[in-house]
Amino acid sequence: MDSVKDMLLLLISSSIVSNIVLSQFMGLCPFLGVSRKIKTAGGMGTAVIFVITLASAVAGVIYKFILQPLHIEYLETIVFILVIAALVQFVEMFLKKAMPSLYQALGVYLPLITTNCAVLGVAITNVQKEYGILTGIVNGFATALGFTIAIVILAGLREKMEYNEVPESFKGMPMVLLTAGLMAIAFCGFSGLI
Amino acid sequence: MNKAGERLYNGIIKENPTFVLMLGMCPTLAVTTSAMNGLGMGLTTAVVLTMSNLIISLLRKVIPSRVRIPAFIVIIASFVTAVQLLLQAYLPSLNDALGVYIPLIVVNCIILGRAESYAYSHPPIPSLFDGLGMGLGFSLALTCIGAVREILAAGSIFGFRIMPDSYVTINIFGLAPGAFFVLAALTALQNYIKNKRKLAGKDYEKIQSGCGHDCLHCGESGCSERFYDNTNTTEEAVKDAAKAAAKPQTAEDDLETIDLDKEDK
Repeated sequence: MDSVKDMLLLLISSSIVSNIVLSQFMGLCPFLGVSRKIKTAGGMGTAVIFVITLASAVAGVIYKFILQPLHIEYLETIVFILVIAALVQFVEMFLKKAMPSLYQALGVYLPLITTNCAVLGVAITNVQKEYGILTGIVNGFATALGFTIAIVILAGLREKMEYNEVPESFKGMPMVLLTAGLMAIAFCGFSGLI
Repeated sequence: MNKAGERLYNGIIKENPTFVLMLGMCPTLAVTTSAMNGLGMGLTTAVVLTMSNLIISLLRKVIPSRVRIPAFIVIIASFVTAVQLLLQAYLPSLNDALGVYIPLIVVNCIILGRAESYAYSHPPIPSLFDGLGMGLGFSLALTCIGAVREILAAGSIFGFRIMPDSYVTINIFGLAPGAFFVLAALTALQNYIKNKRKLAGKDYEKIQSGCGHDCLHCGESGCSERFYDNTNTTEEAVKDAAKAAAKPQTAEDDLETIDLDKEDK
């Protein structure tokens, strides 16, 4: 039961307490870029959950069964980035062929994710914190969930903000950044949770 | 040598990657909690950028254009790994402070952008200085932002207290929200200058975002800088991507798509 409790704690801490976007600044580009509408933000979030969970599983397996036995852990950066790039490409091709409906929903966002430093960031964090494969997968899922929560909230706020009057210089990006800053303050409130 | 000087000037002032091109925002926000961290991150990136520009430029005739992006990524990742090992050995405190953001230099837009838009098409010496100029410009920007945040949050700069004792520190600028606020102020300032130039009828294109500069991967990726181009919004990019996906592709197109996707990295 202890491990289940640990997993739950990890789930909460990775998704909410140390939110990947608002406290670690990874995956900022899609966070700011694809958050105009709740619907697209949700799609992006789903795709990110899918890719990060898969990538942390694959990266975990490769690290444990290839890099560690050969004592070439220092190659992790090179290996992970190539694996993730190939993985996203492969997932896209696979979805296109096997699950056209899912591809319809997620396909558009997949190429956007390859840029996402969050994917590489999670894989490396898993290794640095010496998580096992299963823990790594849970951590990946939780982190991506945190990303989705943040991007959907931001999209909701931006939809409301469309009609507000904003000073000329603050139109567009600066306003979004200010909103993100306020959200970051709100998420700081969770820091005592665990 | 004139060329070298021009590249340095271009990187540090004219096309400063942070203040003018708005590239590489993730590390800019994450590690600028103090001037020292900003400088460390900037110089680390500068080393990687200079070396990768040099090597890519030397190899530009050898690398076929179709696989250039994966090749760039491998070269960049190798330098990042080397730099990381050096930091672990000689500057462990900086290594601990920067943590996961050192390996993340690999996905920094600036490095791949310079490789793609400059080093791959220019001879080694100018490329070297281009990388150096961009790297120093990035270091300068990160140090400035770090210094501002450090002064506001702790009343000190590079660890030396400069504000009078009566100064009340604003801790939030040392935390995550502060980074967003500083960047918001920065982009607002940029908008202000841009609008002013527009009103004066001057060429405001010069202060446009990175996408005006052939930064290929910004085209369809979720880069924040795309945001500045009112012509190419994300929503449109998503639509474009949808169109591209719907289009039946020949084998060659498929390869091209793979290329593009790698670029996104």
